[in-house]
Amino acid sequence: MTYLQKSPWIVHYNASSCNGCDIEILAALTPLFDVERFGIVNTGNPKHADILLCTGSVNEQNKVPLKNVYDQIPEPKVVVAIGICAATGGIFRECYNVSGGIDKIIPVDVWVPGCAARPESIIDGVVKALGILEQKRIKMLEKSGSENIKEGDAV
Amino acid sequence: MIPEPYVSILYALAYVLVAPVLGGLIAGIDRKVTARMQGRVGPPILQPFYDVGKLFEKENPVVTVTQNFYVLSYLVFMVVAGALFFSGGDMLLVIFAFTLSHIFIVLGAYASYSPYSHVGAERELLQIIAYEPMIILTAVGMYMVTKSFFVSTIVASPVPMILLLPGVFIGYLIVLTIKLRKSPFDLSTSHHAHQEIVKGVTTDFAGPNFAKIEIAHWYECVFLLGVIWLFFAWNPLIAIAAIIIVYFLEILIDNTISRFKWQLMLRSAWIVAGTLGLVNLGVLYYLKMVVMP
Repeated sequence: MTYLQKSPWIVHYNASSCNGCDIEILAALTPLFDVERFGIVNTGNPKHADILLCTGSVNEQNKVPLKNVYDQIPEPKVVVAIGICAATGGIFRECYNVSGGIDKIIPVDVWVPGCAARPESIIDGVVKALGILEQKRIKMLEKSGSENIKEGDAV
Repeated sequence: MIPEPYVSILYALAYVLVAPVLGGLIAGIDRKVTARMQGRVGPPILQPFYDVGKLFEKENPVVTVTQNFYVLSYLVFMVVAGALFFSGGDMLLVIFAFTLSHIFIVLGAYASYSPYSHVGAERELLQIIAYEPMIILTAVGMYMVTKSFFVSTIVASPVPMILLLPGVFIGYLIVLTIKLRKSPFDLSTSHHAHQEIVKGVTTDFAGPNFAKIEIAHWYECVFLLGVIWLFFAWNPLIAIAAIIIVYFLEILIDNTISRFKWQLMLRSAWIVAGTLGLVNLGVLYYLKMVVMP
């Protein structure tokens, strides 16, 4: 197990969700679930994050900000789409302005179903994402050809 | 027996090697105690080390290449300030190096283009303005008691410094809350997630650069707690007890008081430095000059 799996920091983006899934994400931080015991911290800054938790069906207004947040997370990173809207667009699927799922805009690694997704399944999804995060780290090391990424490379 | 001149170098070396371990452990205990105060289980004690290890595994995206230089300078001058202090050097030089290191982090934050980063840099400057007078008064108070700015002389003094400098000590504690980035004074960046204008000065630092800021903060923490030792230097046991009590109080204040605006921070820090600090020094001067010359 590497340090990456012991300290996954998340950033949460609401792409036109109804707030149901978002409340459940924040519920995971409460004393009852306390995700900080796994080292999970909910950061407000994508540059400090490893995992992007994304909710909502993505409309025309927020697909650019979503792409922006994704691009600012340093590699290795994973995306967890939370709730049925994030997976397929849910009940908003037929709307004229809805893209219909996070994966139409950015690559998604884990889908957490539910309307709203339960805190237990969100935590389960993040734990699943940790395995993918580790695979991506190894892939990134192979790509850079050395154990350490070159210091201070602008990306 | 080690020859006299080498002892101070040994102390400085010990600080450079031990301080990050100690600082990380203190940060881990801090997070655990904070979690318990909020009724949570909390992360493992070693969590800060996992975090920093993780940050070194990430890529290092920088906005401008000069950021690398500023962050490294921040870390290096923080280590220099602490090493000077623990080798028994001049307090004034220590304060100079300490302030310089913070100027570098402010410059680093100004080097990027993010408005969050700029707000954080401005607030960090305000914090420096707020705490600097009190830190200088602390050094002056210790000089008035021991007639020396050298830490080696201050620490060897048999006088119970806390009894002569209670006002200065309380003023130093207020400043310590600013320096340890504890609420109500965690304006420029915060330890708590998802807060203070999305992390203020650290906004545009990611991966290894952010890890260096964390390590510098561990060095800083050990140095600041070392200053508390000086107040109780005549009895090491009381000194250790005082450091533990002070740190616990800082965590308690962090969890019970909400954040101030910068105006109130500046005012309270200066009023405390102006009243408790200066009055304390005035009384001390009166006692030395008039009562028992």
